[in-house]
Amino acid sequence: MAPERRVSIDAAMLESRASDLSTRAVKGAAKRAGIDIAIACMDLTTLEGRDTPGKVRGLCARGMRPAPGVPSVAAICIYPSLVAVAADALAGSGVRVASVATAFPSGLSSRAVKTRETREAVAAGATEIDMVIDRSAFLCGDEAAVRADITAVKHACAGATLKVILEVGELGSYAAIRRASDLALAAGADFVKTATGKIGVSTTPAIALLLCESIRDHARATGRNAGLKLAGGIRSTKAVLGYLALVYETLGNDALTPARFRIGASTLLDDLLLQRERIATGNYASIAYVAQA
Amino acid sequence: MSGLPGLAPTFAYAPSLESATALDVRERYGLFIGNAWTSAENDATFASIAPATEATLARVAHASAADVDRAVRAARRGYEKYWRKLRPAERAKYVYRIARALGERAREFSIAECLDVGKPIREAREFDVAQAVAHVFYHAGWADKLIWAVRGPDRVRALGVVGAIVSADFPLLSAIRKIAPALACGNTVVLKPSPDSPLTALLLADLCAQIELPPGVLNVVTGDDATGVALTEHPDVDAIVFTGSAIGGKAVRRATAGMVKRLALDLGGKSTYIVFDDAPLDQAIEGIVAAAYFNAGHAGSAGSRVFVQESIAGELVERLRARLATLRHGDPLDKNTDIGAIRSRERLDRILAYVRGGIEDGATLVRASWTPPENGFWYPASFFTGVAPTAGIAREPSVGPLLCVMTFRTPGEAIERANNLPGGLAAGVWTASGALALHVAQRLASGVVWCNTFNRFDPSAPFGGLRESGVGRDGGLAGLRTYLDT
Repeated sequence: MAPERRVSIDAAMLESRASDLSTRAVKGAAKRAGIDIAIACMDLTTLEGRDTPGKVRGLCARGMRPAPGVPSVAAICIYPSLVAVAADALAGSGVRVASVATAFPSGLSSRAVKTRETREAVAAGATEIDMVIDRSAFLCGDEAAVRADITAVKHACAGATLKVILEVGELGSYAAIRRASDLALAAGADFVKTATGKIGVSTTPAIALLLCESIRDHARATGRNAGLKLAGGIRSTKAVLGYLALVYETLGNDALTPARFRIGASTLLDDLLLQRERIATGNYASIAYVAQA
Repeated sequence: MSGLPGLAPTFAYAPSLESATALDVRERYGLFIGNAWTSAENDATFASIAPATEATLARVAHASAADVDRAVRAARRGYEKYWRKLRPAERAKYVYRIARALGERAREFSIAECLDVGKPIREAREFDVAQAVAHVFYHAGWADKLIWAVRGPDRVRALGVVGAIVSADFPLLSAIRKIAPALACGNTVVLKPSPDSPLTALLLADLCAQIELPPGVLNVVTGDDATGVALTEHPDVDAIVFTGSAIGGKAVRRATAGMVKRLALDLGGKSTYIVFDDAPLDQAIEGIVAAAYFNAGHAGSAGSRVFVQESIAGELVERLRARLATLRHGDPLDKNTDIGAIRSRERLDRILAYVRGGIEDGATLVRASWTPPENGFWYPASFFTGVAPTAGIAREPSVGPLLCVMTFRTPGEAIERANNLPGGLAAGVWTASGALALHVAQRLASGVVWCNTFNRFDPSAPFGGLRESGVGRDGGLAGLRTYLDT
């Protein structure tokens, strides 16, 4: 069932509200909780052509135990060919294996290739699939093709969590982003995800708010609470706390768990650990004290 | 998702209070006349109360007619002796100095406004004080360019002494909206702030002394309505600029009938908010929050009537109800507070009477669920549904964080119903169609029409009402004309 009413979006008021929310004063206990939530909801990511089994094992070790006394991250996010390595390294840890699939990052391949890649990743041990939508089809107005892709990949996931990447920076308008999100949710996405991280900084507070509203309206219509994954250019604790405030006030505290919220990032963990250390000791540590993968 | 690590920390915001000690309030304030602080006749004073705690912030002088006369004479002297003799570029320097000093002391002024009015510190900082600074800078720039503001280069003359009487909703900003153009155009000013919230006007007097504004150029007399009447009726005051209620505006008109006095009246109204069925709904809800609950609804421009197209009325009310639950009520000094206190007991009593009237008229009240503290004046953000167009609440001036939701069927009906009131200050139109927005905006009897937004201000954009909502404009080129003898 396609979403019925096309939602119109007013950019100025959307941005104004998002700016108000993302500049809330998050201090004291809320800041401490926020940092731990951000770590526990993180998809620690490496998506480079030069990724090797060694690099992935290192990342897995860091994700399971970022620092003494710190919660483990939610998942490690990697390319399909490295899924088996990660699944082995993470076995029994509770940290999940997320794999991009469907001809990431462009999504310009046949549906058969996309579903096959998905099935292979799941067979190798991925419990979460991050797929990209076919922006080419979407921009041509062929929403049925975008939808059919998602439905087919969802089927191929065979129970694995499906995150649908909208690549918001390529869609051109808030109305189009909202439309794409509504469409992905209607097609069965477990999460909507903002970006691949491959086209620079593209996630903004306004876009996060827009997706929260889409998720909230989907829950109102169907009773199903889908998740939100923010990715692409989130590097500082300050920015993360702003996003948490935005989700907190739009979807509620219940939405701030790994089951419903993720942050995809490769370097953010460093700053979160530094800020955590600062709150604990009152001093800013050098980045040299943060163990890298 | 059972494999995920268990986790239950809550993100509930910790209190984040602006420090009231960053503001140095004196125990007593006198009248600021000719750059000196003096007591009122018989040493009369009244208390300025913090509405969030009912604590006395300061005792403030209560000016009599004789005190007002002293202030007007000081303003006349300041005009003849200093201000009219200055070259416009020199005058501009003084106005720029006020702007810079206000910007430097913004935190102090924000805290004072927050305590005295009970408005959230975030609003005081980001709106009241920020706009006030912007207004002074904008008008400072005009001071030596006034020949471009009027026709004919030889016609630029100041009026002389301006009496400014302002309201308690935006005490600093409404004072600055008068003072900045008055001074830039070469007039001197006697300012009478509202007795509910005189603090920032007194801080402003201090600031003018600090930057060595010539004596008598800005004078501040605190007091009640009688003080305002004395200023209005004073024969040596050349102009009265007034912010307040429609009833107050009529009194000013009567008092000055037959006198050669320039008048500008910035009066309230019951502003209108129209939502068409193609509107961006989530943003329209934010617009309603900005229209009806900004400054707890204490605003002449408060959009306290929403007309929503009948086909989406149920949807809009449901979303508004959900949004109400997320508004953060509480201590105005907390940086995360959205809705603060009601500015006075008298105002709270009017809100309670208004609500009683609405319920008696058969309307349904939807109220944010929140338990206010024992002390202080509070009322949670609320709205009425099922409001008959003829009900008192649909027609009386707005009084607080209250809103009437009514429906319409066609654009014509929306326009007709919006215009069916004697005043017309502000309106908002929400639709995805630019053509429809313009069509409706052109037909609304309203001084300001915002399209897909509400309560946005800029010093270069004239603001003011039509019909019983006032005469004259604040801001922009149109605003300057009040203060020039053209």
